[in-house]
Amino acid sequence: MTLRVNDLKVYYQTLRGDVHALDGVSFDLADGEIMGLAGESGCGKTTLGKSLIRLDNRMRHIDGTVELDGEKLPISDDDAMNRYRYHEISLIPQYAMSALNPTRKIGRMINELLKARGVKPATIADELRRRLELVGLDPEVLDRFPIELSGGMKQRVVMVMSTLLDPSLLIADEATSALDVSTQRSVVESMVEFRDRGFIKSMIFVTHDISLVYQMADTVMVMYAGRVAEKAPAATIINDPQHPYTKMLIGALPEVGSTTDEGRLEGIPGTPPGLLNPPTGCRFKARCPIASEECSETPPLVEIEPGHWAACWKTGR
Amino acid sequence: MLELSHVHKVYRVGAFGGAKLRAVRDVNLVVEPGEVVSLIGESGSGKSTIGKMVLGLTKPSQGSITFEGKDVTSLRGFGEKKEYYRYVQGVFQDPFSSFNPIFKADRVFELIRSSYFPGVADADWRKKVLDVMDTVRLDPDNVLNKYPHQLSGGQLQRLLIARALLLDIRLLVADEIISMLDASTRIDVLNLLADLKERGLGILFVTHDLSLGNYVSDRSVILHKGAIAEMGPTKRVFDNPLHPYSRHLLSCVPQLHRTWAEVDAELAADPPEDVELPVVAEGDDSAPLVEAEQGHFVGIDQS
Repeated sequence: MTLRVNDLKVYYQTLRGDVHALDGVSFDLADGEIMGLAGESGCGKTTLGKSLIRLDNRMRHIDGTVELDGEKLPISDDDAMNRYRYHEISLIPQYAMSALNPTRKIGRMINELLKARGVKPATIADELRRRLELVGLDPEVLDRFPIELSGGMKQRVVMVMSTLLDPSLLIADEATSALDVSTQRSVVESMVEFRDRGFIKSMIFVTHDISLVYQMADTVMVMYAGRVAEKAPAATIINDPQHPYTKMLIGALPEVGSTTDEGRLEGIPGTPPGLLNPPTGCRFKARCPIASEECSETPPLVEIEPGHWAACWKTGR
Repeated sequence: MLELSHVHKVYRVGAFGGAKLRAVRDVNLVVEPGEVVSLIGESGSGKSTIGKMVLGLTKPSQGSITFEGKDVTSLRGFGEKKEYYRYVQGVFQDPFSSFNPIFKADRVFELIRSSYFPGVADADWRKKVLDVMDTVRLDPDNVLNKYPHQLSGGQLQRLLIARALLLDIRLLVADEIISMLDASTRIDVLNLLADLKERGLGILFVTHDLSLGNYVSDRSVILHKGAIAEMGPTKRVFDNPLHPYSRHLLSCVPQLHRTWAEVDAELAADPPEDVELPVVAEGDDSAPLVEAEQGHFVGIDQS
């Protein structure tokens, strides 16, 4: 088991009170598993990714544990986490490709990064070149400035850079959202190849695009308002979702081939609840068509069939 | 209704404007009333530039754009433009930057009133506003008198469409209007576009997402490097893509029930028939189209 997250609660501190961005999230990630993490904006998916590597000063760890390869991570201790960052856990943040230092050549930037993490760049130079070639980049890019590369090339540089030390866990936060479809496909396929070759043990791929997740992930976890709604193998989530939220979310996606003439798709009425004072019980109940009295109590995340978890009173009985 | 004829747009680029970039190349396009035409392309394909030229925000370098027989590019002065915008309006990608955060969101309605309907009485105006709010399926109590940050992206986007509907618009240019919205609210805005289409509005729907373009549109135009690669009825373009570029693009779209490997295997097992693509001589800037089947055109190959 690479990663085991148990009842993780992380709140944002604001002047008006705590925002319950992650409120009791539990899941396991197996070795070699690529998990897609999907949900609407504000559901806590980016917060979850960030919590696993660094809590910024507004974020407060309230409760819960994170274990990586059997070792408990000190996620609330910024200094103690340093040992794990980049070596064991690596993050590709959103807009990473726009955050490359414009005044440094790519090669120098990577060397500086390695030195900052206590690794001699010379020991890894050959591997770096080999991996650049693997993702279809000429090692010459090391002598270029970021402005000279296209979006897809920059995103591939970021990917190689962040996995150079073979981390156990890679968190990719909307890593391909800004790319064109054809570039997106090749970047995503290189990510899967990195896992196949063992450069990374497992990966969490945060995205709002469920059809993209279906192309590459082994499992999909859907979050809603700071909690896990459902987690299952990718094919199960798409073809046989159980949680009403997942069902409606999948039903709202137009596909290549569907048109308004063949019948309209329906959105989900309403908006997600604010997390400053989240409602009690199931957080989806206000928008849920089958909500009833029992939904005023929080449904636990239960395994309704092997590998398929859902948090809803209506499933799994 | 809207007709683009041999439209080119050349931008000057480089440090001193020495180099030239052909953003739009020889585009011919017609939008009829009650028709949704999707302009689909990757970044740099010229799709937004076409939208801007139709809205009169930038002028074509060559060619003509006519709206109901009148030339759009030769509109002179404030009065003529204002009259044009009574019939043609645009909605853009980022709803949050379309509003001034200092003022309440429904101020956009007041601005329309003061410039286009100064003589309308309060009660009549109120009724008109409630009417369009109903059309875009917004609850007035939830939206009126609120600041932009208190509303969701989907609500703001629908508010902007409502604003456009206050005028007697006949053409709406929708430039990536759903790219920033969540999956659950996206579909509501798309359905709204389908409603407007039924009311006889022509819509130019600019998008990079092929599955969205497909859902609402009657005709699709796939752009590549500024020129039309393929144009035709949406169903035909998606079921039987004829241009190698559209085939490549379609094979890269993440689909919900089919993986890339499955799509590739299908293509390999049943390779589509090839069509003769038009060719142009080196240095010729035109981009001719060939009609491969009824109403289904293919353009030059630029790969």
